[in-house]
Amino acid sequence: MTRPVSGVPWFRLSGLVALGALAACGGGGGASKPAKSVIQNKGSDTMVNVAQVWAEEYRKAAPDVEVEVSGGGSGVGLAALLKGAVDIANASRDIKPSEVEQATKNTGKPPVGFTVGFDALAVYVHKDNPLSEVTLDELYEIYAEGGKATRWSELGVKIPGVKDDTIVRVSRQSSSGTYEFFREHALQNKDFRLGSRDLSGSKEVVELVGSTPTAIGYSGMGYATPAVKMLKVAKAKGEPFVAPNVAAVHDKSYPLARSLHVYTLGEPQGAVKSYIEWILSDAGQKVVEESGYVPVPPDQRPKH
Amino acid sequence: MNHDGSTPDALAARPRRPAWAVQGERALEALVRLAGVSAILFVAAIFFFVLREAAPVLVKDDFSLAQFLFSTEWYPTSASHVRYGTLALTVGTLSVTALAMLIAVPFGLGAAVYLSEFCAPRLRETLKITIELLSAIPSVVWGFVGLTVMSRLIVSTTGAPVGVNVLNGGIILALMSVPVIVSIGEDALKAVPDSYREAGLALGATRWQLVYRVLLPAARNGLLAAVLLGVGRAVGETMAVLMATGHAVHIPGSLLDSVRTLTANIAAELGEAPAGSDHYRVLFLTGTLLFLITFAVNLAADFVVRGIRRR
Repeated sequence: MTRPVSGVPWFRLSGLVALGALAACGGGGGASKPAKSVIQNKGSDTMVNVAQVWAEEYRKAAPDVEVEVSGGGSGVGLAALLKGAVDIANASRDIKPSEVEQATKNTGKPPVGFTVGFDALAVYVHKDNPLSEVTLDELYEIYAEGGKATRWSELGVKIPGVKDDTIVRVSRQSSSGTYEFFREHALQNKDFRLGSRDLSGSKEVVELVGSTPTAIGYSGMGYATPAVKMLKVAKAKGEPFVAPNVAAVHDKSYPLARSLHVYTLGEPQGAVKSYIEWILSDAGQKVVEESGYVPVPPDQRPKH
Repeated sequence: MNHDGSTPDALAARPRRPAWAVQGERALEALVRLAGVSAILFVAAIFFFVLREAAPVLVKDDFSLAQFLFSTEWYPTSASHVRYGTLALTVGTLSVTALAMLIAVPFGLGAAVYLSEFCAPRLRETLKITIELLSAIPSVVWGFVGLTVMSRLIVSTTGAPVGVNVLNGGIILALMSVPVIVSIGEDALKAVPDSYREAGLALGATRWQLVYRVLLPAARNGLLAAVLLGVGRAVGETMAVLMATGHAVHIPGSLLDSVRTLTANIAAELGEAPAGSDHYRVLFLTGTLLFLITFAVNLAADFVVRGIRRR
C-alpha cells in the first residue's frame, strides 16, 4: 500500500517519516519480521495534531502498523477517500450526500463515518462584564468586517468602572484553525474586521480577556480561568442560550461546537478496523481530551 | 619589485625578504580585502534571495503593488476576498520606531556625553559594564517585560484598556536601543582628540560649551552612526514587539492603540504559510520592504552627514 500522496505538506509528514525510518533501522534488518501495514490518513487541519498523536501512540500499541498522517483540510481528505487514495479521511464536518454518491459510484463502497471527538469554542468576557449571553448575530456585529458594534453600550451593556467602553476584540492569528472555525460559524465565512488583537495562543486570549474589562475573545472551552466568564450562546435571537459544556457539546445544542469524524470506504477491515477501534477506546479518547477537544462519551461510542 | 626607484646599489645593501614572506603578505592582503568586500556581497546576496522568493507574486495579474504598499487591509487567508495591504504594518513599524528613538536618542547621547566627559573613572567602568550587560539581554526577555510588567504599569497609569500598545513597544525598543547608542556614542566622543578639549578650555569655554560647541560637532559622524544602529535595532526587532505591541492590524490614532509591525507579522505568519503560496511570497515581499526601509534610513542619514560637512 505504498501510494504516492500528492499535495501533502512535507513538514506534516516529516516527523512521522523520520520516526518510521528510525523504527525500521531499529529492526536491524530483521528479514523474518512480518511486513508492516501502512494506513494512509488524510484530512482536516483541525484534527491533524490529534491524528498525529494517535499515530504515534498507536505505534506503541501495534508496532507492526504505521499510520501516515497528513492535513490539507476536510474536503481534501474526503476527496482523496472518494478516489480510494487514502484509507481514512479525517473531517471536521459531516460528509455531503454528493460525496457519498460519488464514493459509491467510484468504488462501489459507501463511506462509513465514526465520530471520534468534538471541538467547541467558548466566547469569553471579563468576569466583571454583566453580559452573560450572546447571539451569533451579535458576535457577527462585533467581529465581522462591516459589523456595527464597536461599543458595549451599543449592545446595551454597561461595564462598571469603565469610562471608555470601546469593545476590545481579541482574536487569533490568521493561520489558526480556531480562527477559521470562528470565522466559518460566527461570521458566516465573512472576514474579521481589522484592528482586533490577534494573539498566537488559546491561553493568551483568555489571559488578555481576563485582564481587560472591556474585552471579548474566543478560545477553547478548556482554557477558562477565574478571571473570565464564558458566555451562553444562541444561534439567533429568540432561540435558547446554551452554555458551553461537555453535555451541550454532546447533544449539539451549543452552536459553536462540531463533531470530528473519520471516514472509511465501506465497513473498515483489518488494520484500519483495529486502528479505529483503538481511537474510540479509552487510550485513543484520552489523546482527544489531552489535545484540547471533547472526547466521545462511552455510551455514544459504536459497539464492535 | 623595484617600485621606489632606488638605485641597484641601495637595493643590494637592503636585506632581501624571503619569497614566502612576500607571498604570505599578499595572501593576507587578499584575505583582508575579501573580508572587506564580503559585506557588500552578503547584503547583495540576502537582498537577492529575499527578492527571488518574492518575485513570482509581483508578476501575477491579481497582485497590485499599489495595494500592497498603500492599502491597510491585510487579509492573507480570507475565505472570500484575499487582500495583501501592508500600509498599517509599515505605519506600525514606523510609529513604534519613532517613539523609541524619541526616547532613546536624548537618553543615549546624554549618557554617552556623561560617560565620556563628566564621569569619574571608577564610576565610568561600572556604568560601562552595566550598560553592556543591558545590551546582552535577549529580546524575548524584553518582550516578556513588556507583556507583564510594562503592560500593567501602562494600564494603571494611563487607564488604557489594554497595556500592549505603541507606548509599550516604544519604551521596550528604547530600552533595547539605548545601550547600543551609548556604547557607540561614547566611542565616538572618545575618538575626538584631547587637543580639541585643551584648546576649548584654554579659550575659556565652560564644560557645557565645550561639549555643545566642540565635541558634538567633531564627533557627529560617529554619533549619527550610533543613532542609526539604534534605529536599525528598533526597526528590525521582532520578538519583543511581537509580544509588546498587541498585534493588531490598525493605523494607530494614539500612543495607547495596539499595532502590528512588519517584522512581527512575518514572524507570526511565515511558519504557517505554505511554501510557494502567494501568502508566502507576499511575506517575503514584506521582508524586501523592510530591507528598503532600513536602506532608505541609512541613505538619508548619509546625505545629512554630507550636507553638514559641506556647510
